Amino acid sequence: MALQMTKHAMPEQDAQVRAHNFDEVALGYDEETAIAEANRCLSCPNPRCVQGCPVQIDIPGFISKMKTGDFDGAIGVINESNALPAICGRVCPQENQCEMHCVLGIKGEPVAIGRLERFAADRALAAKNEVKPITYAADAKKVAIIGSGPAGLSAAGELAKMGYKVTIFEALHKAGGVLSYGIPEFRLPKEKVVKVEIDNLKKLGVEIEFNSVIGKLYTVDELMEEEGFSAVFIATGAGLPSFMHIAGENLNGVYSANEFLTRCNLMKAYKFPEYHTPLKVGKNVAVIGGGNVAMDAARTSLRLGAEHVYIVYRRSEKELPARLEEVHHAKAEGIDFKLLNNPVEILGDDNGNVEKLRCIKMELGEPDDSGRRRPVAVAGSEFNLDVDTVIVAIGQGPNPLVQSTTPDMQTNKRGNIVADEETGATSKPGVFAGGDIVTGAATVILAMGAGKKAAAAIDEYLKNK
Amino acid sequence: MNKILKKELLSPSVWLFEIEAPRIAKKAEPGQFLIIRTNEEGERLPLTIADFNREKGSVTIVFQEVGAGTSLLAQLNEGECILDVVAPLGKKTHIEKNMGTVVCIGGGIGVAPIHPIARGMHEAGNKVISIMGAKNKDILILEDEMRAVSDEVLITTDDGSYGIKGFVTTALQQIIDRGEKINEVVAIGPVVMMRSVVEATRPYNIKTVVSLNPIMVDGTGMCGGCRVKIGDEIKFACVDGPEFDGHLVDFAGLLSRQRMYKDKEKVESDHVCNLTKIKEVL
Repeated sequence: MALQMTKHAMPEQDAQVRAHNFDEVALGYDEETAIAEANRCLSCPNPRCVQGCPVQIDIPGFISKMKTGDFDGAIGVINESNALPAICGRVCPQENQCEMHCVLGIKGEPVAIGRLERFAADRALAAKNEVKPITYAADAKKVAIIGSGPAGLSAAGELAKMGYKVTIFEALHKAGGVLSYGIPEFRLPKEKVVKVEIDNLKKLGVEIEFNSVIGKLYTVDELMEEEGFSAVFIATGAGLPSFMHIAGENLNGVYSANEFLTRCNLMKAYKFPEYHTPLKVGKNVAVIGGGNVAMDAARTSLRLGAEHVYIVYRRSEKELPARLEEVHHAKAEGIDFKLLNNPVEILGDDNGNVEKLRCIKMELGEPDDSGRRRPVAVAGSEFNLDVDTVIVAIGQGPNPLVQSTTPDMQTNKRGNIVADEETGATSKPGVFAGGDIVTGAATVILAMGAGKKAAAAIDEYLKNK
Repeated sequence: MNKILKKELLSPSVWLFEIEAPRIAKKAEPGQFLIIRTNEEGERLPLTIADFNREKGSVTIVFQEVGAGTSLLAQLNEGECILDVVAPLGKKTHIEKNMGTVVCIGGGIGVAPIHPIARGMHEAGNKVISIMGAKNKDILILEDEMRAVSDEVLITTDDGSYGIKGFVTTALQQIIDRGEKINEVVAIGPVVMMRSVVEATRPYNIKTVVSLNPIMVDGTGMCGGCRVKIGDEIKFACVDGPEFDGHLVDFAGLLSRQRMYKDKEKVESDHVCNLTKIKEVL
């Protein structure tokens, strides 16, 4: 039988229907399709896909088990390297990672590694496989993790398996970081996936202290000197929203994407008034930015009842930083892409509400430091978009709370923590850092990779201490 | 954790809760606030820390029932627990020795958060003149507590039923007019009151600190929902404040942003009200 050159399609909700609900868009493979897709894998002796995975899952290893229908075996192989596969299978940009290196991608489409990982993980979650709690040694050392996002969770899982008593300190009332407050339900189901994967970590013996803002409730020094922690891993992410600093940004109806998505995802404003947190979405919404956060905010607005949603982005389609799949999803749902446009002012009515977004047209000039062609304003090309909601999704910086109360730990000029790329070690002995707080806003799987590396380094440090 | 140790009605619809929170009590300082979530469906509600007791391991809040969120909170009884309490948040009040004469102004339930500040200023050896304002005598709160930490207390009521007839600014003007050298004013209360205080001190160039109460979500600096314009800069009240130099605050912008969810608040209130009725019937 000739090898199929394209991926097996994954069923998804119809675009017209899903644009009005919060249910998951991509529905996942069934058993038969999963086996058929697994059989496209050539089981390369020198698998390049593994090099593309930030946590280096034994990809041919788990796929070969799926070929024979041994799904329990497959998830066992995945779990050796990845504690949160149902999440990574959904949100990783596989086109830039594992799947980018698949040899089938040279002449056709690569093996759908992400979809297969997701299938194996979902099947295991649905089966509610028993998680065996770890039996701790009487003299087990305590490790504190600050932040329960992907980096913190992955480090916690690794350290618990090594026999350390792990406590995660989380500022919010729910765990998951961006998985809970940022990525919407229709891309990453909270109860079915995020909560179950975090519960499994808790069953291992990882403790999570909610409502605990480090820098306020305890400093890093207090954790080590008074609370008995032998090492600390800082994984506080990139949670500080950037604004554009243009006129009208304080008008009612202007949100940071962080606020908009937190209200919707974490506080469940989409179920208002059953849930009490309100969220105001007008008829016409402009989302500023072209990353995944912008796509999430735009698609969320549509589901909250907006009639017309614009993405306003200063570069062209080719430079959009969002995942290709999400751009396709957004377009299919009817999001209107206003490319090569930059906002210059937000105009309001007499009551202080947003009425218009004033933009200027852009064209691409010479490449800048990032290698992308620099957008340049076209003189005299200003125009107004009639909108009543503006969501600013132009990036996030590091929250300074932990750094500002840990003066002997080095940070760079952007406020990120300086940490060794391989070990996560900071300039302060016993203190490690990883994920977005070190790299700036990046991906879930890179943060998880950093958590995993730091866990190994913390183990090494504590053994030699 | 978060067990309600004491619940007391201070005046109609104004409640005092003393909450068991040893970790927070150890760290809390005057001027800081906490965020409460009453139940799983609830909003995150910012409230100023009105008092803290490090030995007993408790913090105190004083709040008025003004909407669905505060009504739900008021329904909790002694012995019950609040689902989530996050604190201490925000920067502490700048208090030091030898600041001279400090006038502490509390309007309405703003007296509650001004109390630990007055106490802190007093303990640091400063001369504290306190002004307490209320609509009428019946709703004045914490008078004895304020007298205990002040060198002088002036009370104003809008209707003249107690103390000076007028607003807190009436009393403030009296202090200014009698030639008292004021080194700093700290004012907490409704936005319009704080704005009036700021306008009263501006001509005399008296340093005036106000505690702002914009809408908040997380309270840790991750969303910017609480942003306010201070001079030419945008600040997040939850991490850069909540206290700011009153003479630089854009009060009109703050008032406008506070009105953002007025229509939604009505829907939420009705919803909670209906739920409560159902509970009573059952």
